[in-house]
Amino acid sequence: MKRLIFGLLVLVVALSACAPAPAPAPTAAPPTAAPAAKPFRVALIMPSAVNDMAFSQSMYDALVIVQKEMGGKDKLDFVYTDNMGNVPDAAAAIRDYATKGFDLVIAHGSQYGASLADIAPDFPKTAFAWGTAVDTFESKGVKNISAYTVQADQGGYVLGVMAAKLSKTGKFGLIGPIPAGDGKLHIDGFEAGVKATNPNANVAKTFTQSFSDAALMSQAAQTMIANGADMLTGTSQAVVGAIAVAKDKNAFWFGNQSEQTKLAPKNVVATQVYDWTPFVKEMIANTKSGKLGGAVMIGTLKNKVLVVKYNSEYTLPADVKKLADDTIQGLIDGKIQTGVK
Amino acid sequence: MISELFTLNVLVGILTSGVRLATSYLYAAIGETFGQISGVLNLGVEGIMLVAAYTAYVVVLQTDNLWLGLLAAILVGLVMGLGMAFISVTLKAEQGISGIGVYLFGLGLSDLLYRITVKSPQTIKGFQNIQIPVLTDLPIVGPILFNQNILVYLAFALVPIAWWVLNKTTFGLQVRAVGQNPEAADTLGISVAKIRYITVTLGGAFSGLAGASLSIALLNIFQQNITSGQGFIAVALVYFGAWQPFRVMLGCLLFSMVNALQLWIQVLNIPIPPDIALMMPYVLTIIALMFAARVAFVQPAALTKPFERGE
Amino acid sequence: MKTFDPSRLNAIIVPLIAGGLGLLVGAGMLLALGANPLDAYAAMLQGAFGSPNAFADTLVKACPLLFVGIGTCIAYRCGVINIGGEGQIVMGAIAATAVGLTFQNVPAILLVPLGLVGGFLGGAFWGGLAGVLKVKFRVNEVLSTIMLNSIAGFFMVFLLTGPIIDPTTADNAIKIPQTQRLPLASDLWRWIPTRFHGGILLGVVLAILAYILLWRTTIGYRIRAVGANARASNYAGINVGRYQLLAFLLSGALAGLGGAVELLGVTHRLFSDGSAHGFTGNAGFNGIVAALFGGLHPIGTIPASILFGALLVGANQLQRTIQVPSAFVVTLDGLIVVFVVASQIWAQRRSVKRVEASPQTVKDL
Repeated sequence: MKRLIFGLLVLVVALSACAPAPAPAPTAAPPTAAPAAKPFRVALIMPSAVNDMAFSQSMYDALVIVQKEMGGKDKLDFVYTDNMGNVPDAAAAIRDYATKGFDLVIAHGSQYGASLADIAPDFPKTAFAWGTAVDTFESKGVKNISAYTVQADQGGYVLGVMAAKLSKTGKFGLIGPIPAGDGKLHIDGFEAGVKATNPNANVAKTFTQSFSDAALMSQAAQTMIANGADMLTGTSQAVVGAIAVAKDKNAFWFGNQSEQTKLAPKNVVATQVYDWTPFVKEMIANTKSGKLGGAVMIGTLKNKVLVVKYNSEYTLPADVKKLADDTIQGLIDGKIQTGVK
Repeated sequence: MISELFTLNVLVGILTSGVRLATSYLYAAIGETFGQISGVLNLGVEGIMLVAAYTAYVVVLQTDNLWLGLLAAILVGLVMGLGMAFISVTLKAEQGISGIGVYLFGLGLSDLLYRITVKSPQTIKGFQNIQIPVLTDLPIVGPILFNQNILVYLAFALVPIAWWVLNKTTFGLQVRAVGQNPEAADTLGISVAKIRYITVTLGGAFSGLAGASLSIALLNIFQQNITSGQGFIAVALVYFGAWQPFRVMLGCLLFSMVNALQLWIQVLNIPIPPDIALMMPYVLTIIALMFAARVAFVQPAALTKPFERGE
Repeated sequence: MKTFDPSRLNAIIVPLIAGGLGLLVGAGMLLALGANPLDAYAAMLQGAFGSPNAFADTLVKACPLLFVGIGTCIAYRCGVINIGGEGQIVMGAIAATAVGLTFQNVPAILLVPLGLVGGFLGGAFWGGLAGVLKVKFRVNEVLSTIMLNSIAGFFMVFLLTGPIIDPTTADNAIKIPQTQRLPLASDLWRWIPTRFHGGILLGVVLAILAYILLWRTTIGYRIRAVGANARASNYAGINVGRYQLLAFLLSGALAGLGGAVELLGVTHRLFSDGSAHGFTGNAGFNGIVAALFGGLHPIGTIPASILFGALLVGANQLQRTIQVPSAFVVTLDGLIVVFVVASQIWAQRRSVKRVEASPQTVKDL
């Protein structure tokens, strides 16, 4: 066994040596030598991997951006714990970060709400936030929880409209992990957009029951393409498998949650990106001003938390681009409703 | 709706995906068969697959050389198989549990290395489908059998080879002897430890191939826990196949074809809840074995039992 | 068969040394990651035992491992392999959830036992299924339990995305795959303010009962006889199939009870992240490992579960304090399991001949 371990250790070292320099892990070390102003400290707990190109990464990316805007680590210090698929473990993490005196603890997963409601009252000076959700538990007397969510059906709808215009076969493939959460909103919105544009469209929905099974997602995408679908969308971190298929089979992909263009620059038409930056700023500002909870933040196209990012490497026909822009405007103005509940 | 399931296009689709999906299970299960026949249960297949899948992927990412990636994956599988052999044969450790340890280790290590070296998902150009003149153009069988990537062909080619090695060679005889009656084999001068080392290491190399077939042929990407339990299913399929390579292959095909079928059921909007559809491969594998198991077969008598000379 | 022997000191010291070696290798990896191993392990210790809360968390984490571990001991002693703990936990939790959702206005004194009985039966059903498949249909239990784990996971998500979803979120746009909170009356006793709950004590009691069952009763004697040599037991007139089935029922029931205890003591609602793991946190596998740490002995499983729970809780704390990638935690767990299991040869030298895990296929049932 030792041989194996040492062999692998050598491998570790060798690989880290030949690979691009590892990203320095953000440190949670308490501020050394107490500078004049203490940095604002945020802890983030995520259900999947920080580099999942999906839900978890969307929040991580936002914190990186806000940190940069605020002026670096001396102003905003943030730490994270990812892969907290198990809720009791996540709850322990939430409690621990609160104990360590973080100013704001973000529990980035709708499954964490119940635990958060139990924990928050024990730390009245800490601000908590969770999403995607709309419940701040104020009705239960909890005063330091904010909630954030996205109307992901809006961006999904726009993408669906584009897909319907671009499709040659009139067949669409929608892949999700489980029929719940923001992913379901995206998928339902996409379907509504397709159907609104092409009532005769053939829409196939597949759920794989796993947020991580890229092989099954890949196979679902293969099946849809074999059935004639030329426009695909999906949600969760497992979609990387499906995007690879789209790239291989020259189908079009519409992304969700995080920017996915770089996985298949010729095939990703556009992505609905969750840009949490405004919400993160709002949470920080609220916390600094003493408002630790009670805020419900709903991301829409209007407040630019939802952003439809076109892939610059893909030349979108002008009429489709215009239709998409008009649809976005229509949704912002309220002239278009996705009809998704 | 349901009638759509029986169109030629769909049936060919199911069979094509079934064959392709079976590949990784097949490598892992055939490799595991060798180990189990010699008396060693390696539950760490999943962990080996993960590290190998990562290795193949990262090598291809850095060098653009698919064969180098494949070779690296086999080597990593070999080394981890050797480690497993050392634990189970020399140290006589409880096999089921050391397997779980190797699984956890592989799950963590592959993800850890991936984060340090690659950071964020990237696709690679993996093994492409090979068209064979004339054969590929055949109706029905063409797309199913003759339009797959090289690793698919190789996996199925391994089945008769494994059968031949196990049934027709002296080595195969020794492997079986060691698994059925190690004491007798030992008396006959067969080194139980040596044979088990060979089979388990070989099984590791095959698990390495299985991992590579995922990351650089089937999916062309790596992600944490990319195998999602495939290694465990492969171990289960060895039991399904009653330690006979052809039956193991049937098990792999059955499992993956039903999996392909359930995806088609969802894609064709046939009103069965996705959860129920997803259960089908697992349920049907058990049911198939309920009836198939009536055929007399004998588990390698010494499976999971470390060999102690002079017991 | 003797259970403890003079070399039992070995059985304690050797795994500790092996675990230490595992940590040493982990230290090498930490260095490679640019972290200070001493800080890391200090954080780990602190996280596992540093305060009453931390120690309570360790015990809470150990609890489902203990239940699964006791079940594993029974199964192994009977010579059957039960790696279906994940599925059995899930089915136990589902049954306990059903009880909690059905009886909204029942006092705690009734509801808690009812929930536990539900968990017991749910797990026994799922374990028993594998048992029936093995005994009546000769379906190998490794295959069936692996498959049943997946099926249970799908079944749970099926329930959580429809039939038993929290009605208050069912109307929301964001549907959360979880049930409503179970009635307060279903909560296990808890030592506030920590998370320590009564289920842990129940686990200890059950471990003692399992010990008595296995070594002080005829049934237990027969279970062990079947495990030691199924063929000889058969000749001796023991109905091998019946005892194998019993072992599966008990082993599954204990895992199911573990699920119920986790539900009623910790989470108070059923939820999933799309897989069984989301609820179980891999306790179905870790419990097997804990049982081995404890020498496949129910009493030994108690400290072993606590140690393993401490490892899991401490490693999570390590990740948070040092901010190494969470994958390191999993790697470290794997390393320690491998080292400890590999060290058993020294721990058990000249001691108990362990019952062999898998007897020959039994004929003529």
